[in-house]
Amino acid sequence: MASTIVEARGVTKDFGSIQAVKGVDLSIAPGELFGLIGHNGAGKSTLFKMMLGLIPLTSGQIHLDGEPITGPRFCETRRKIGYLPENVVLYDNLTGLETLYFFADLKAVPRRECAALLDKVGLTEAAGRRVREYSKGMRQRLGFAQALLGTPRLLFLDEPTTGLDPGAIRDFYRILRELKGEGVTMVLTSHILAEIQERVDRLAIMEGGQIRATGTVQALREAMNLPLTLEIAGGAGLREEVSRAMEGLAIDSIEESGNMLHIRLSRDAKMPALTRLATLGDTLRDLHVREPSLEDVFFGYRA
Amino acid sequence: MFSIDFRQIGIVAGKEFWDRIRNRWVLAVSIVFTVFALVIAYFGAAQQGAVGFRSIDVTIASLVSLVIYLIPLIALILGFDAIVGERERGSLDLLLTLPITRKELILGKYAGLAAALAFSTIAGFGAVGVILSPSLSPGALFHYAGFMASAILLGFAFLSLAVMLSVFAADRTRASGLAIGTWFFFVLVFDLLLLGALVVTAGDYGGAIFPYLLLLNPADVFRVLNVFSLDEVRTLYGLATVFPEALSNPATLGGVMLAWIVGPLAVAIWRFER
Repeated sequence: MASTIVEARGVTKDFGSIQAVKGVDLSIAPGELFGLIGHNGAGKSTLFKMMLGLIPLTSGQIHLDGEPITGPRFCETRRKIGYLPENVVLYDNLTGLETLYFFADLKAVPRRECAALLDKVGLTEAAGRRVREYSKGMRQRLGFAQALLGTPRLLFLDEPTTGLDPGAIRDFYRILRELKGEGVTMVLTSHILAEIQERVDRLAIMEGGQIRATGTVQALREAMNLPLTLEIAGGAGLREEVSRAMEGLAIDSIEESGNMLHIRLSRDAKMPALTRLATLGDTLRDLHVREPSLEDVFFGYRA
Repeated sequence: MFSIDFRQIGIVAGKEFWDRIRNRWVLAVSIVFTVFALVIAYFGAAQQGAVGFRSIDVTIASLVSLVIYLIPLIALILGFDAIVGERERGSLDLLLTLPITRKELILGKYAGLAAALAFSTIAGFGAVGVILSPSLSPGALFHYAGFMASAILLGFAFLSLAVMLSVFAADRTRASGLAIGTWFFFVLVFDLLLLGALVVTAGDYGGAIFPYLLLLNPADVFRVLNVFSLDEVRTLYGLATVFPEALSNPATLGGVMLAWIVGPLAVAIWRFER
């Protein structure tokens, strides 16, 4: 059990006749930043809630940090877990600082840690204001501070960047990187694929209550064997020269926009194509290799 | 499994209590109690053609009639959304991921709300006790304190029912409906049903158990507790003769009231833990 901090085996959840989660297996290693992606209704939140012991499993087993979530010591394990629910709801009548005090007390964390956490999420100036007056983004940040109370070893973040502006999203991921440096394991869900694709270590694609694929973004791309795009800038006659150089390779398409050429080709053809392009010399001014986005991968798995 | 962390209960209770202090719930309810009690103390005997404070027994008898309507209503309103409210707002999930058991959460909620209710009752009726104290004998003060204590227990019993409804109800709207229904049943309908049954059977069948059926209603337990512990009232109502001796013992009645507090709360915990 020591090699995994989250371990799910054959987890299913039925709501009446609807099977929301169908036999999910999942292993997450300590210190990983793990993404769970899927569209709304794919079963992400249900799986999350089961992992946190909020709703009972229909069948299967989940262990967190080696402890079965139905076990008698799980209440103790909770002290090592932080959770930020989707659309976090806090208490409107309390101030930001009082909110953290309440959660700190319940987690048996000294209250003196609260001010530093508010600072970390950029809420120091709003600490004395009632949550009622907070914007959605501020509530989300306060919820995040709450999740960080007591230096948890495992963080569950359900759609954590909902309502955050781009600057706050960047700050948020900066904090996640710091936490990762401290060895914290993080599981986060998102349906904004572009946002998490360069930021997670591994991810799982969930669809219809099942995990369709698990791995690094790169591994998933390769497994899908989606075409990539070479973007080339160059001088006059570029298109003709490139077309000639590419002859005989498995090219899907060549499109021209402005003075750029977009060549879609299979992954296998990438290296031969690059070798040939290198022979074009000065005709070529610039070159980018564009990998398929996580979105392409995601829709590839759904198809 | 059976361990209870009283610290966690205290934290939740503290939050609930201070919430009610801060949003002036406690103040408002205290004022309502004070005003009503004063009005009743001075005008309660107006039907007999006199105003002004009379005896403590008559005052308590009038207050009992008031409290029997008011306190159950206030307790039900206070407690009906304790759990379902958190669930509906979405804050319950977060609470349950913290190192607190469901049992501790319910007990904490209950303790905090019960403290707010008890505080209001003591402040509201206590203020009237202080105002009346110059004209009261030590014995009368003792009676009045007994009345306050039983009023608190009555509140606790209905709060316990409210928290139970709050666990069972699917949403706040239904919980409020159930709370109002509970109030109607225990405060308005129950006695009528009992009386109706007594009249229909002309007292022929099981007349002797009817007094015991009153124990099935915490509001009636409260009435019995107060009305029959006061000699003047007992003779006034001419009830002493029909009431079994066993039920006029305050300790027995207090025990029944305690069961009305513990019972629904235990059901609430059982249900919430499933």
